[in-house]
Amino acid sequence: MITVKDLTKRYARTTAVDHISFSVEKGQIVGFLGPNGAGKTTTMRMLTCFFPPTAGTASVAGYDVLDQPLEVRRHIGYLPEAPPLYLEMETIDYLRFVGRLKGLAGAELEKRVAFVIDRCWIGDVKTKLLGKLSKGYRQRVGLAQAIIHNPDVLILDEPTSGLDPRQINEARELIRSLAGDHTIILSTHILPEVEQTCEQVLIINKGKLVATDSVANLQARARGAESVFLEVGARNGAFEAGRAREQLERVAGVSSVVVKEQLTQGAVFEIEASKGQLVRGDLARAVVSAGWELNELRSAAMSLEEIFLQLTGTTVATTEPAPELLPPAPPSEPTESSEPSSPEAKA
Amino acid sequence: MRSIWIICRRELNSYFSSPIAWLLLTMYSLIFGYFFWNLLSAFLEVSMEAQMMGQMQPMNINEQIVRPLLANTAFLEIFFVPLISMRLFAEEKRNGTIELLATSPVRDMEIIVGKWLAALLLYVWLLVFTGLNFAFLFRYGHPDVKTMAVAYLGIVLQGGALLAIGAFLSTLTKNQIIAGAMTFGACLMLWIFAWVTSYNTATWATVLSYISVLPHSESFGRGVIESKDAVYYVSAIFLGLFFTARSMESLRWRS
Repeated sequence: MITVKDLTKRYARTTAVDHISFSVEKGQIVGFLGPNGAGKTTTMRMLTCFFPPTAGTASVAGYDVLDQPLEVRRHIGYLPEAPPLYLEMETIDYLRFVGRLKGLAGAELEKRVAFVIDRCWIGDVKTKLLGKLSKGYRQRVGLAQAIIHNPDVLILDEPTSGLDPRQINEARELIRSLAGDHTIILSTHILPEVEQTCEQVLIINKGKLVATDSVANLQARARGAESVFLEVGARNGAFEAGRAREQLERVAGVSSVVVKEQLTQGAVFEIEASKGQLVRGDLARAVVSAGWELNELRSAAMSLEEIFLQLTGTTVATTEPAPELLPPAPPSEPTESSEPSSPEAKA
Repeated sequence: MRSIWIICRRELNSYFSSPIAWLLLTMYSLIFGYFFWNLLSAFLEVSMEAQMMGQMQPMNINEQIVRPLLANTAFLEIFFVPLISMRLFAEEKRNGTIELLATSPVRDMEIIVGKWLAALLLYVWLLVFTGLNFAFLFRYGHPDVKTMAVAYLGIVLQGGALLAIGAFLSTLTKNQIIAGAMTFGACLMLWIFAWVTSYNTATWATVLSYISVLPHSESFGRGVIESKDAVYYVSAIFLGLFFTARSMESLRWRS
C-alpha cells in the first residue's frame, strides 16, 4: 500500500530524513516511533505530498508522490500534529467543507458526514464552533476529517498528543477499530502507544531508520534469552537471600541470578536464562521444593522503551527500576504542550 | 472549477462569521456616506448660489458628484484592500489549516483563485452598499447609468488587481498585521508612483507612471473603457496570482 525507497529530505543546513526505505502492507497499523525532531513529521509530509522529497521515491496506493500528487492525496487521510481546524466554523459545516474538498457531494457527502460524526463520537458538538471545543474534541474532529472520504491510507501525526488519559484510550481504540479498512501510519514518541496499537514499528532517529519489525519480533530480538522476575517469601522462619540465590542458580538452564531486592520475609530475584531455555517451570518447582512461598513469577519481556533506548543509542540509567514496575506511562509528555503548535515551527 | 467554488464559499462564510466583514461594511458605508453627503452639499450650495445670482452655471451631477465620488472610492481601496486580503493566507499558515488545503486533492491554483475570488466578492459586496446613496441621485436627478457602470467596473478591476497583490503578500508571513502593512505599503506606492510624471518626462518616469494604478483608473472614471487600462488591470491580476502560486510552491519546498 505504501512503498518508500531512499526517501530523503534536506533543508538548507540539515538533513531531516536520510535515505529511509520501508513498505507497509494493506490493512496494517504501523507505528512511526522516534524522539522529537527525528524526522517523523517530515516523512509524513512527504507521503501526503505537502512537500516533495529532495531525493528518493515514495508511492501510496500505487501512485507516485512526485508524479501523481493529486491521486495520492485523494487516497490519503491526514491528521497533522495540530488538527487543521477553522476555528470560526461549526463542526458539521467544517466536515462538509472537508468532504467537498475531497470530492464528496450530495447524499454521499451527508452519509459520510453522519458516519464520521458517529464513528468519532462528536455528535455532542455537531453544531458547536470548533474554536470552543476542548483539545480532546478537536483531536477527534481532526480524525473525523481525515477519514471522511474513506481513504485507503491514514496518516496520523501524534494523534494522541495533548489528550487526557481517558481520551487517549478512546483515541487508541478508535484508531485500532479503523485498521483493516484503512492502512494506518501513526507517529508517536509515546512508547506504550505503539505496543498497544500497532502491529509493526518503524524506529527513526536523527532522520535514519534504525529498526523496522513487528512489535513481538523487536522484543524477542532485543531480549535474546528469557528473563524472569521471581519473588519468593519465607514460609516458616529463616530465609536467607544469598543461600536462596545459590539454590536457584543450580536450576537447569539458569545463567545468572541477581538479588534485586531484600524483603523482610523474602527477596526479589531477576533471573536470566541461557539462550533458548525455558526455565519458569523448573524455577517454580525449585522454589516449592525448597519450602518457600512463590509470591510472583513472571517473564520480564524487554519493554519497547528499553529497545528504543538501545536502538537510538541512549542508555538506560541503571538505578532506574525496570519499566514494568513503573506506574502506567504518563499520558502525554509535558514537553508536548509547550511545543509551538504551528506546523512550520516543527519543520 | 468545483474546488475553486468550494474554497471561495468557505472563505466568504468565514469573512461573514467573523466580525471582519461586518466591520468593513459599517466603516465603508459610513465613509462613503460622508463623501456622498459632502459632495452633495457642495453641489447644492453651488446650485443655490447660481440661482440667487441669477446666472445659470452649467451644473452636472455626473461631473460634480458621481465622478469625484467614484474617484474617492478608488482611493479608499488603498485602505480597504489590505484589510480584506491580509488574512487570506497568513491566517491559514498560523492555524495550520494550510496543511489541510495543501494535502487535499486540489491544485494550488484552485486554492489561490478561490481565495482571491472570495476577497473580490466581499469587496464587490462593499460596493453594492454604496449603491444605496446613488439610489437617491436616481430618485431626484438623472445620472448617467452607463458612465457609472463603467466606473464601477474600473473600481472592481482595480480591486481585483490590488487584492491579487495582497494575496501574494499574505503568503509571505503568518502574521496578519505584517501582511496587511505590506499590502498597504504596496497599494500606496502603486498609487503615488504616478506623481513623478508631473515634473519628469524621462522614460523611467513614464514606465513608473504606467506601473501605477492611478492613471489607469481615470479613463474608467470618465466612463470610457480603454483597452490599455483594462489590459493593465487584468495582467496585474494574473501577475499577482502567479506570484501567489510561486510563493505557495516555495512554501512547499522550504517548509
